[in-house]
Amino acid sequence: MITTKGLTKVYESRGRQVTALDGVDLHVREGEVFGVIGQSGAGKSSLIRCVNLLERPTSGTVTVDGTDLTALAGRGRRAGKDLRRARSRIGMVFQHFNLLSSRTVKDNIELPLEILGVAGAERSRRALELLDLVGLADKAKSYPGQLSGGQKQRVGIARALAGNPKVLLSDEATSALDPETTRSILQLLRDLNRQLGLTVLLITHEMDVVKQICDSAALMKRGRVVESGTVAELLATPGSELARELFPVTGDASADDRTVIDVTFHGEAATQPVISQLSRTYNIDISILGAAMDTVGGRQIGRMRIELPGRYEENVVPVGFLREQGLQVEVIGEEPQRPAQGLVKEIAK
Amino acid sequence: MTWEEMRPLLEQGTIDTLYMVLWSTVVTVIGGLPLGVLLVLTDKGGLLQNRPVNKVIGAIVNIGRSLPFIILLVALIPVTTLVVGTFIGPTAMIVPLSIGAIPFFARLVETAIREVDHGLVEAVQSMGGGIPTIVGKVLLPQALPSLIAALTTTVITLISYSALAGAVGGEGLGSKVITYGYQRFETGFMLITVVLLIVIVTVVQLLGDLAVRLLARRGRTA
Repeated sequence: MITTKGLTKVYESRGRQVTALDGVDLHVREGEVFGVIGQSGAGKSSLIRCVNLLERPTSGTVTVDGTDLTALAGRGRRAGKDLRRARSRIGMVFQHFNLLSSRTVKDNIELPLEILGVAGAERSRRALELLDLVGLADKAKSYPGQLSGGQKQRVGIARALAGNPKVLLSDEATSALDPETTRSILQLLRDLNRQLGLTVLLITHEMDVVKQICDSAALMKRGRVVESGTVAELLATPGSELARELFPVTGDASADDRTVIDVTFHGEAATQPVISQLSRTYNIDISILGAAMDTVGGRQIGRMRIELPGRYEENVVPVGFLREQGLQVEVIGEEPQRPAQGLVKEIAK
Repeated sequence: MTWEEMRPLLEQGTIDTLYMVLWSTVVTVIGGLPLGVLLVLTDKGGLLQNRPVNKVIGAIVNIGRSLPFIILLVALIPVTTLVVGTFIGPTAMIVPLSIGAIPFFARLVETAIREVDHGLVEAVQSMGGGIPTIVGKVLLPQALPSLIAALTTTVITLISYSALAGAVGGEGLGSKVITYGYQRFETGFMLITVVLLIVIVTVVQLLGDLAVRLLARRGRTA
């Protein structure tokens, strides 16, 4: 639905060049909620603004729903008619809502329809329908200044949906809201995603947002996408920082002669009650030190940190059992094999 | 001077002053509003970024602002004659009054428009809105309270300019004060005129403040 290829954005300020986006390739599938996470300054904001060309990328292409927006934009600074029409099919919600304080809630929602040239009666009908959809049917005549943050964002979402977009861009939509309101707004986005088949691209600095509603996620650092994929794919990637953050596990060994291992559940393999099988098969006592698990479609995904009695040398067989079940196993405290592999690669070069 | 002698003078003076101020306000808004908007749009980073145009408008506005009004009045006599056919009388005064107030108002408009949150512009752009939409549906309506305040200040400035216009043949309260109060030493008349001007200015300011308050209250309380 949304594809960016080699997206680069370089800002020039007082002769200095700042690279905000450094060759970003992103692919958002139709009907999914895709979260881009990163710290401030990582380039998330530039990325989402480049998707509807509020900012012109320095190079690279953006394709939304089969239309190459970068080609529509042309060279001029001003957005031409074609680009503006394409933008009207992409909804956008903002961190600070960006509602017009001079208009009522209903008139705010009608604004995109006015731009599209929809007739008055139809605009009014559609605005009330959207207010109902976001649960604010009684606030039509209020002004934004009379609403709470969560209500304002609902209006923002209704406004973004007015033009029947297939794609919704969310620029830190919940970052100015308290945790409870954040959850309800995310739930609303999730519902809209399912009900309307809306593709959502959101950027956030909060891992909880990704955890709660995203099907896929990408991690941005210094203008680059360093990891990206569906949540299951990320979990399947050894050493994935996103997977570790999405499913954080902690806990230390209770004594010296214990083996602590992190088990990652993902994909097909995670349908069996492996931990209890392990315990029964080898007759060992297993302590769970920490776990971050979700059940999606009857499958468990997530990570678990468990402790086995005895040192690693004594637990080679049980660890092998877990690996045979298709689980990813990482032994904590043992030197992983990777540095050695790195060394081999260095030599190979 | 008796009150019977003063009354027709005061009445005619007030009518002429209001006439000059009203029409020059109309012309000032028609001229100053687009200039103020253009100053913002053509500025660096603006939607119609155009440095040469911005510099030229800025320079014209600055020149207009830096000339003392009395000098502008005299210097514009040929222009006034060209436009109105004469440079004497209240109608003729509308030309220098407007030309004097347009740059002033344009700067105030510029400041008011700049205060509009850029996020709103971005929101309308994301909906596919073009520049006319942004100006007409975002910048002007959102800046309306500030624009009304700017207009109030401009009208009061025009009232004071119009009094000065009396010195070069404009009619109105200013000219009456100069002729009767100053040249004929009618201190009583002068005082009454001064009080009258204060009343007019106060009324304008109160009306302006009221309008701003009504607009600003929108969205605060139910």
